[in-house]
Amino acid sequence: MDNLLDRALGLDGRGDRWPLLGKVVLVEDCVETGGAFVVHHIIKRFLSPQPAAASNHSLILVAFSQPLSHYDRVLRKLGCNLVAQRDHDRFLFFDMLNLRFPGEEFRDDVKTGSSVLVSLFEKIYNAVRALSAEKNCITIVIDDIALMEVVANGSSDSVLDFLHYCRTLTSEFDCSVVALNHGDIYSTTEKPMLMLNLEYLSNILVRAEPLATGSAVDVHGQLMVFNKGEHDGQGTPGSKVHNFHFRVKENSVDFFYPGGRG
Amino acid sequence: LRDGALEGEHAPALTIKDSIPLGFDVFAHVLAQLSSHILAGKSQSRGLVLVAFTRSPSFYVDLLKRGLEVNSIQILDCYSDPHGWKDRIKDVKDMDKLCSLAIELGKGLLGEGKGRFSFALDSVNEMLRYASVHSVARVLSDLRSHDLASCVFWLLHSDLLEDKVAAVFDYMSSMVASLESENLSLTEQNFRRAKFSIRFKRRNGRVRLMSEEVSIERSGITFMGGSLLPKVQFNLQLSEKEQMDRAKVVLPFEHQGNGEPIEIYDGRRSLAD
Repeated sequence: MDNLLDRALGLDGRGDRWPLLGKVVLVEDCVETGGAFVVHHIIKRFLSPQPAAASNHSLILVAFSQPLSHYDRVLRKLGCNLVAQRDHDRFLFFDMLNLRFPGEEFRDDVKTGSSVLVSLFEKIYNAVRALSAEKNCITIVIDDIALMEVVANGSSDSVLDFLHYCRTLTSEFDCSVVALNHGDIYSTTEKPMLMLNLEYLSNILVRAEPLATGSAVDVHGQLMVFNKGEHDGQGTPGSKVHNFHFRVKENSVDFFYPGGRG
Repeated sequence: LRDGALEGEHAPALTIKDSIPLGFDVFAHVLAQLSSHILAGKSQSRGLVLVAFTRSPSFYVDLLKRGLEVNSIQILDCYSDPHGWKDRIKDVKDMDKLCSLAIELGKGLLGEGKGRFSFALDSVNEMLRYASVHSVARVLSDLRSHDLASCVFWLLHSDLLEDKVAAVFDYMSSMVASLESENLSLTEQNFRRAKFSIRFKRRNGRVRLMSEEVSIERSGITFMGGSLLPKVQFNLQLSEKEQMDRAKVVLPFEHQGNGEPIEIYDGRRSLAD
């Protein structure tokens, strides 16, 4: 069943094509209001049982912050079995905590600093090329950008280069890219360059913020979804902004307009 | 931009500046307009070289395909593999090489014939990520001063730069077009409408300012207000309050209209007659 987030992201259509093809989705959150549930929701929608035409969806999860068991547990509660998907080669887990990649043994001669991202991209590029040759629809999820910057020894240039290259995959292979970033890390800098650059780079921006009135039991925060339009000459309205509240429950998330909580 | 360069002068240079993500739509609009002028033979320029950093060449081909001959545009692809991560040979950091490649592409467009060509750069911010301000400024200056350059234009996101860096590119331009939104919060209204201002630097040193409301939809840009209003120290139009006040002013000898027949005393006989 579609909800407000699905509608804001354009996931409420009835077509066979994954609506986020060729798009970069940036999810920004903060300490008070985590945005990881948005990423989990997109993963679940992408890998959910689909009509036969869409059974070629493949997800690449580049995880800097959590092990596979964490995602497995979370997605199981949402009704999605990641381990089964992995066994069917529909889910590739790039473990950046332990530097383990699908099909590779753990190696000691691991590179450090900015070249980690170059070799990470090479692995992703090879995986995408292989999947694309079998006509798969691919989504790359990055969790998260702040930790990617740590892995790159603080080089935000390397992070931006990496994300630029991921974006080229959206035009070359029609992939989707979904990335999580923590906005409040940059709150003390005058011009948060990395964050601003990422906002320019993305097609859809999802921002999770606390309520202006503070925390509440039945409303955990608010989401702002900014869906930028691109020129396609079809005359439909361009960019759209959606604002609504949410409540994270044990096995799902409720989305509702302010005051609409029954 | 359409009229291009005068003999003995540098080519006109336009900076399209924004601090909200609408500048690209203006850049694309200028690109499409100039391309159709080139195609129709209405511009000094006979071709255009596009240096693409932030969108793929195929994106631009789709954007411009409506009635455009591919022969009049060349795209220098700095988007797909700027550092050679996919294909070890490439690297866009060498700005001099980039500049000469762009010029070569332009000459290729002209072929055997005479004429000039235009340059478009998307965007200066990306170039600054790969090279120093001096190198990037030198590229723009070289392109602008080249004998065969008709005009040059580029996109700049000012919120990603320090003010002094943005000022460098303002100085290098003969025209600066800025896009601003009325308020800073992220609302739907914000991202469809903005104020578009242009500052022209004339050869004699005078500066001319113009501004207009702009509305950006998926199908393209609409300039509201018909024509650009010059921005001067005084208001050319009346505000609403001023219009209301003007309507209330009672002019001498004007018919007051209080329901009775109007009588005007002309001094030749008394009113009692």
